[in-house]
Amino acid sequence: MNQPAIFTPELKKRADQICANYPVKRAAALPVMRLVQETYGSISEDAELEIADYFQIPPMGVRELMTFYTLFYSKPKGKCHLQICRTLSCALRGAEELIRDMEEKLGIECGRTTEDGQFSLDHVECLGACEKAPAGQINQEYAGPLTKEKLFEIIKQYDVSKA
Amino acid sequence: MEKLISRFFKIPNATSLPVYLAEGGYEAAKLALRNRKPEEIEGEVKRSHLRGLGGAGFSCGVKWSFVPRDTGKPIYLVVNADEGEPGTFKDKYILTYVPHLLIEGMIIASYAVGIHKAFIYIRGEYEMPYLKLKEAVGEAYQKGFLGENIFGTKFDLDIVIHRGAGAYICGEETGLLESLEGKKGFPRLKPPFPAVVGLFGCPTVINNVETLSYLPFIVQRGSEWFAKLGTERNGGMRLFSVSGHVKRPGIYELPMGILLRSIIYEHAGGISEDRKLKAVVPGGLSAAVLTADEIDVKMDFDSLKAVGSMGGSGGVIVMDETTSMVDALRVTMQFFAHESCGQCSPCREGTGWIDRILKRIVAGKGRADDVDHLLDIGKYLGGTTICALADGAQMTFLSYLKKFRKEFEDFIRNSSLRANAGWSSGGRPLGLPAPDGRSGTVSEAISGIASAGRLKAPSSQ
Repeated sequence: MNQPAIFTPELKKRADQICANYPVKRAAALPVMRLVQETYGSISEDAELEIADYFQIPPMGVRELMTFYTLFYSKPKGKCHLQICRTLSCALRGAEELIRDMEEKLGIECGRTTEDGQFSLDHVECLGACEKAPAGQINQEYAGPLTKEKLFEIIKQYDVSKA
Repeated sequence: MEKLISRFFKIPNATSLPVYLAEGGYEAAKLALRNRKPEEIEGEVKRSHLRGLGGAGFSCGVKWSFVPRDTGKPIYLVVNADEGEPGTFKDKYILTYVPHLLIEGMIIASYAVGIHKAFIYIRGEYEMPYLKLKEAVGEAYQKGFLGENIFGTKFDLDIVIHRGAGAYICGEETGLLESLEGKKGFPRLKPPFPAVVGLFGCPTVINNVETLSYLPFIVQRGSEWFAKLGTERNGGMRLFSVSGHVKRPGIYELPMGILLRSIIYEHAGGISEDRKLKAVVPGGLSAAVLTADEIDVKMDFDSLKAVGSMGGSGGVIVMDETTSMVDALRVTMQFFAHESCGQCSPCREGTGWIDRILKRIVAGKGRADDVDHLLDIGKYLGGTTICALADGAQMTFLSYLKKFRKEFEDFIRNSSLRANAGWSSGGRPLGLPAPDGRSGTVSEAISGIASAGRLKAPSSQ
C-alpha cells in the first residue's frame, strides 16, 4: 500500500485510543469506521483499504461491513440529509405520502443526492421515534411529527432556490 | 398509580448526576455492594419475576444463573440498547432522561454475576441518547461510581459505550455479539448460549436497558413487592410504547397485568378522531396482530402468548377502522425483507417473496390463489432458521392473513378496479382518507367509485 492518506497521525492516534477499549482489536471496527466517516464525510474505497490494513483483515472484510450496515456511506451525503421513516407507525400517519412529496419537491428519488450536493433523501426503517410519527432525521437530529410544510421550511433554510 | 422508571422522565434534568443523587440515586447500588452478597441479589431477582423486557421475556435471574463462574475467563455484561423493534421507543427515554438509572442497574447486575467489564451497544441512530449516556458515564467515573473500588468497596467495573451502525438484526443477542466483535451481525447457532460462550468466547450476560433499570427498585424494595405489582411469574411493570392511531402516543409505565383495552382507551386517550379500533399489534411489529374483539387481554408475557401473540418489546401499534390491512401488512413485510440478514434461506427468500407478492397485489395485479400461496410460503418461514427474526415475521404475517382473510380476498378481487381508479398503488397514506376525500377501506372505496359513476360496483358489494 502507498503512503496512508486517510489515517493521518492524529486519526491513527484516536483510532488506537478506541481500540484500547477492547480485548480484541477488530472489535473496534465499527467505531473506527464511524470515526473515518465523521472525519471525511464518507468511506471511500481508498479508506476501506486503509481500514483493512489498520485492522489486518482482508479488504473484503471491510466491504462486508460497508454493505451490511446502513449507516456507512461510500459517497458523501448532501449538506441536508433527510431520512424519513416508512415503517408501520409512521406509515399509518402518512409517511409514504410525505416521502413522495419530498421526492417531487427535491426532484430526486429516495437514496439519491441532488446534483448540487445540497440534499440527500432516504427512507429508513423504524427509527424508534414512533410517538412522533411520521418521524425522520434531519442530519443527526430526530424530528417529528413531520409535515410537508415543516419539511419545505427546512429545505428553504438550506436552499432558497427550492422555496 | 406509582411510577418507577418513568417518574424520572418528568423530573427536570434527572439526566445529571446531582439531580439523580438528590432523588435517592445510587443508594440501591451502594446497598447491594456494601450489605448484600452477590448470590443474595441473584436470588432476589429470580424471585421478583423480572422478565427480559427487550422482547424475549426470559426470566432475568434465571438467565444470570446460567453463567459459569469458574472458567477462569472474564465474564462480560453486554447491555442491549440497540432498540429497533418497530413501535418501540422506551429505551430511548431511559437513555435520554435517566441514564444513571441504567448505570446503577449495571453496577448491581455486574456485582451479582461477578463482572468487571461491561459494553453498552447503542443503536447508531440514537445521537442524543448516546450523548446523554456518555456524559452520565463520565460523571459516574468522576464520582468513583465506576472504575476501581466503587463506593469504597473492592468491586471494580468499567463501562464502554459501543455504537451500532444501523441493522435491526443486531438487536438479536448473538447478532449483537458478532457486531460487537467487529463483524456482520449474523446471529449464531445456539447452543452454546451466550451465558457460556458469548463475547470474545467468554461467558456473557446480555440484558436489555429497561430490564437493568428495574434492578435498583428491586434491590431497595424487595422481590416480593416487585413481583406483586405484576401477574403470576410476570413481575412488576413495564414501559409500553404506544403509537399509531391514538390521541396520545407515548410511553406508559403500567403493571404487567394491565388490559390492552385500558392502555388504548384510558392511558393513550382512545382512537384518533374517535374512530373505531380495527386492529392492534401488542408487542412490537413481530407480534401477532389482534382484532378489536381481542383487546381484553392482560399485557403480560404469558397472557399474550396464550392468545397466540406475544408481549415482545411492549410496542403497541394501534390501527383504526380506516386502515387497509393489506397496506399495513405490505409495510410490515417490507420491513422484514429489508432487515433479514440473509444468512438463512427460508428467511432471506421467504420474506423477499412475500414482500414482492404483496407489492404486486397492492399494485392491482393480485391473483385468485395469492392468499393460499402466501399462507404456504408463511408456513415454512418460522422454525427453520438460526434466529427468531423469521419466527416473528411468520407470526405477524400469518395473523394478518388469517384474521383479515376476507379483506385480502376482496382486495385482490377488486384490485383491478382499484388500479384503474388510479389511487391504489400503495401510495395513499395508510388510514387516512384517499386523496379524493373518500375513506380508505376497500368496500367504501368501491362503493365510492361506483357512486361516482366511473365504474360499476362488483356484485359482492
